[in-house]
Amino acid sequence: MSLDPSMRDQVLAAVPSLRAFAISLSGNVDRADDLVQETLVRALANIASFQPGTNMSAWLFTILRNLFRSEYRKRRREVEDGDGSYADTLKSQPEQDGKVEFAEFRAALVKLPPDQREALILVGASGFSYEEAAAICECAVGTIKSRVNRARTRLAELMAIDSVEDFGPDRATRAVLAAGDR
Amino acid sequence: MQTIAPTAKTEPTLGRDVQTKIGQQLRAMYDDVVSQGVPDRFVELLSRLDEQDEQQS
Repeated sequence: MSLDPSMRDQVLAAVPSLRAFAISLSGNVDRADDLVQETLVRALANIASFQPGTNMSAWLFTILRNLFRSEYRKRRREVEDGDGSYADTLKSQPEQDGKVEFAEFRAALVKLPPDQREALILVGASGFSYEEAAAICECAVGTIKSRVNRARTRLAELMAIDSVEDFGPDRATRAVLAAGDR
Repeated sequence: MQTIAPTAKTEPTLGRDVQTKIGQQLRAMYDDVVSQGVPDRFVELLSRLDEQDEQQS
C-alpha cells in the first residue's frame, strides 16, 4: 500500500511546525532535524493507526514529543547528570545554530524543565489549545496550565537575571525589547 | 541605567511586562523556523519511505 496523497500532503504540511517545535525543544538544529526525521519514519510505519479526520499535526507532535522525552531520559542516564550538565550542553549549542537575536532566548528556554518547556511551546507558539496540548503530553489540562505558568515565570526570571548580570541590555535583550515595540 | 538591587528579583509588577515580551520572542523564534518551509531532505525522505512501502506490498 502506498501512502495516500492527501495523507502525504498533511504530513508534509506539518513539517515546518514540527521542526520549529523540535528546535525549540532541543535548542539544536541538527538534533531537531534528526528528531523530525525519526518522527516521519515512525509516523509512516504506523500510518494505519492514524485516524483520518483527526488532527494529523497533533498526532505527529505526539510522536516527536515522545521521541524527545525518551532521548532526553536516555542521555541524562548516559551522562549521569545530577544537576543540569545536560542542559549545559544544550545551551552551549544555540548560538551557532540560529539567528543571534534568538540565541539568548533559546539558551533560557533550554534551562526550563522539559515538561514546562514543551507545555509553553505547544500553547504559546504552536497554537494548540490547552486541551490539545494536554492530549499531546498525556496529562491533565490543569497540569498544562500550571506548567505554562511556571515556564513563563521562570523564563521571566532567567531573562531578568541575565540583564542584571550584564548590567545593561545586551544584543539579545534589545531584540526582545524591540519585538515588544512592534 | 538604573541599578537593580539584588533583592529585587522578579517582582510581579516587572514580570507582566517581561512575560508579554517572552511570548512575542517565543513566537518570533518559532515562526522564523516555520517560515523556512520544508527542507528538501524531508520531501526526499517521504518519497523514499513511500517507495519502500510499495515494494514491500
